[in-house]
Amino acid sequence: MAKIIGGITSSHIPAVGNAISQGLTQEPYWKRFFDGYEPAKDWLKEVKPDLVIVVYNDHGLNFFLDKMPTFALGCADIYENADEGWGLKPTAPFTGDAKLSWHIAQSLVEQEFDICTCQEMKVDHGFVNPIRALFGDHVDWPVKAIPLAVNTVQHPVPSAARCLKLGRALGKALESYPEDTRVVILGTGGMSHQLQGERAGIIDVEFDLECMDKIATEPEWMTQFSNAEIIRRAGSEGIETIMWLVMRGALKDDAAVLHKHYHAPISNTGAGVLVLDNQ
Amino acid sequence: MNWQKQDYDDIPGTYVFDGQRAHPAYAINKLLYTFNDEACRAEFDADPAAYCDKMGVTGEYKEAVLAQDFLGLLRMGANIYFLAKMCIPRGVSVQDAGAAFQGITTEEFQQRLLDKGNGLSDILAKRGDYWNG
Repeated sequence: MAKIIGGITSSHIPAVGNAISQGLTQEPYWKRFFDGYEPAKDWLKEVKPDLVIVVYNDHGLNFFLDKMPTFALGCADIYENADEGWGLKPTAPFTGDAKLSWHIAQSLVEQEFDICTCQEMKVDHGFVNPIRALFGDHVDWPVKAIPLAVNTVQHPVPSAARCLKLGRALGKALESYPEDTRVVILGTGGMSHQLQGERAGIIDVEFDLECMDKIATEPEWMTQFSNAEIIRRAGSEGIETIMWLVMRGALKDDAAVLHKHYHAPISNTGAGVLVLDNQ
Repeated sequence: MNWQKQDYDDIPGTYVFDGQRAHPAYAINKLLYTFNDEACRAEFDADPAAYCDKMGVTGEYKEAVLAQDFLGLLRMGANIYFLAKMCIPRGVSVQDAGAAFQGITTEEFQQRLLDKGNGLSDILAKRGDYWNG
């Protein structure tokens, strides 16, 4: 049977990828941010997942605004990173697991989550950078990966409550998969930041920390907020933090908190790492 | 008929990218999306006006593209992630754009960000259960 061994959260800021590529992770600006990933990396080495499901939002690489699925699942055996317009060298491609993806898609639809299935899906920094931060760079990635994209770009975007429910459905889908596969779910994005408008540059440390504490132990707390309320506190791009709830919903209510790391600012953003043990 | 009011409309200094913004700015965002392709970036650079015409970007949108008025484009509905595909290769970072929105220098904008982290170590120590290296 597939087993969800845990969940991890991570921001997916573009600058994080640049810092890794340029070997800056131990520079003063970056050191504390990256050092806080070490316990998460150690845990991954110990539990050795076969596959990660990465919950993230596409930033205009795979999805244009002509067709914007609220939830979209990669259903392929390979996922390629590509130039997002900045001329950066793409990472090595990621190996998927199409049979597992299609099982998840079927189960989600049966549970009334009408997910968009994607047999081709380019993965951008939102997917790539958390994997790079947690596993390092590789020509052959040490883990398979499945992208699960959530629209947090073009409103209306789903609510925190809906994301938590999707996570619960995802958990059921994985638990009903007959093959032995050890899965870790990555909830990415956030935390508080706003890139646009006269309010650009906001970071709300107190709100971020409260979100981390509650998402770890009492995720229903987050569902009291409308998206407008989250944007008001966490910024227009801070809405991404709702994607952490997809990860959290897939885990047991009493999953153990192994590690909490918060850093601000990194680039324009408050950045949080949670490691939750589901075993 | 007017666009429906939204509960985020009154958040100051914030332009939530919704249908009301995405609809009139569809052509400009489509032009920006093509910049994922290096050949399209080169074609644009060779003749920006002709590229706007080809992509159906007209009027004030075209003028803003030709003037590289990133701020104006954002206000007219260009999405920040799509706009980044135009401004980052031209040496204008998202932080430069944020500073311009506030009428301050990028250095001032970056300092304000850094100030958000003041006292973080103490805050985390008080909470007790955070890694605090």
